[in-house]
Amino acid sequence: MTDEKPDDLTQPDDGTFFEQSDRRLFLKQSLAVAGLTLSPLSFLKTAEPDADEAPFGNAEKVSFNLSINGKKHRLSTDPRTTLLDLLREQLGLTGTKKGCDFGQCGACTVHVDGQRVLACLSFAVMQNGRKITTIEGLAKGDRLHPMQEAFIKHDGFQCGYCTPGQLMSAVSCVREGRANSEADIQEYMSGNLCRCGAYPNIVKAILDVKTGGQNA
Amino acid sequence: MKAFEYVRPSTIREAIELVATNPKAQFIAGGTNLIDLMKHGIAAPEKLVDINHLPLKKIEKRDDFLRIGALVLNSEVASHKRVLASHPLLAQALNAGASGQLRNMATVGGNLLQRTRCPYFYDRAFPCNKRIPGSGCGALGGINRMHAIFGVPEKPDPKSCIAVHPSDLSVALSALEATVLVQGHRGERQIPMADFYRLPNNRPEQDTTLSNGELITAVEIPDAVFQKHVHYLKVRDRASYAFALVSVAAALDIDQNRIKTARLSMGGVAHKPWRLFDAEKMLTGQAVSETVFRQAAEAAMQGARAFEHNAYKLRVAPNAIVQALKLAAGLS
Repeated sequence: MTDEKPDDLTQPDDGTFFEQSDRRLFLKQSLAVAGLTLSPLSFLKTAEPDADEAPFGNAEKVSFNLSINGKKHRLSTDPRTTLLDLLREQLGLTGTKKGCDFGQCGACTVHVDGQRVLACLSFAVMQNGRKITTIEGLAKGDRLHPMQEAFIKHDGFQCGYCTPGQLMSAVSCVREGRANSEADIQEYMSGNLCRCGAYPNIVKAILDVKTGGQNA
Repeated sequence: MKAFEYVRPSTIREAIELVATNPKAQFIAGGTNLIDLMKHGIAAPEKLVDINHLPLKKIEKRDDFLRIGALVLNSEVASHKRVLASHPLLAQALNAGASGQLRNMATVGGNLLQRTRCPYFYDRAFPCNKRIPGSGCGALGGINRMHAIFGVPEKPDPKSCIAVHPSDLSVALSALEATVLVQGHRGERQIPMADFYRLPNNRPEQDTTLSNGELITAVEIPDAVFQKHVHYLKVRDRASYAFALVSVAAALDIDQNRIKTARLSMGGVAHKPWRLFDAEKMLTGQAVSETVFRQAAEAAMQGARAFEHNAYKLRVAPNAIVQALKLAAGLS
């Protein structure tokens, strides 16, 4: 889990980052590991979700409609449920990843009405009536999306955890007309972090799709 | 996260009433700042009033200004043809901020209303006067590398705040002398950018001059002559997707190598966008030259004050001003 959490973030502009909170998380995780060697019980305890972050209180469920990867859904959730948690926990669409859960890493990038957004920073109820595309909806059956092909061709990943978010963002980057040069891609893909450092190959893959004239 | 009631009113009037009559209710638009704060347990509204469906999504050319609806997305403004033609500084500032995903979520109104904040505001293990008024300031004796150099009294008030406002858009709007249109249950009012944000003083929990229940409906930017000679310069720890350490919005009206009008505003240096009136005055009527820019930058730095870790801003800021002016004037 620690490997999946970017720890070298400076401050994204929407203001979601803070060194201290990351450090705190790191401490918690280190404690959890230390606890394991001392006492399995204390490990279990620290491994529980942080009380600060767990929902509490009674919220009335709210009903709403979403189209996800072309399929219509009638849903009912606690309004605190983020779009990310709805996809992963309620609908089993675990291709969309939870990296930081605070809008800093881009692992949860999905398309809403064709635009890339962060699923972790949106309550699911707010998306009522919208069309969501997740990584599961990018390929056409067995035929991979050209961007997926290009990521394979250029080896645009190592561990693969950030890849669904990178792909969703990359497809948008081309659609937005922001993939005209390496510098352009670096700038407009900056919301997607890759701890393995696959950036050069990700950039190559996107440029290949763009210059190959393939439809993103 | 605390439970909240979610409501989606269909009219502006209804939305305003819902928030104006309940101090624990809040508007939500893009949610990129508010949801983050709610996840951290810093904001805990009992009622969330979703305004995303309200008719505030137009960019319109009016008599002598451009009106941008409060719910227009940051990405929509940044790629709008009219904006690019008449107010390119806005697009530059917006594209320097956040990430592609966040710009597709964040609205103009929400961008202006993101909290002025620092790491201590987020870290509940530390005191923070903005989070809990009167609790103290973690940054004063802590790591204050990101913090303010302007608008800070000689003896910093331990009950106040030294955080900086992180919006790039508001820095550009401040330089362009935009007006914020606001609607409350007592009617509408127009707030010039210069009066929209406040210094923390004895109410650090209050970032703006809005009253509870007042809703931003639009911003209006006067038609200006600032198309050709503008530049938004953002200095940050990494090349992209980071807050400004210092940013400069520079807009010049140059006629035959002489500056007719200059507008300058800085981000990352104060609790609010920091307009450089003295430097603007100094530049007016002058011939374009690096020497003049340097003099203006020096004038701009009067009254700046550093804390333990942000003295570097006293050097970065004037250099950034000069560089932004040179780029705006086409000197470099």
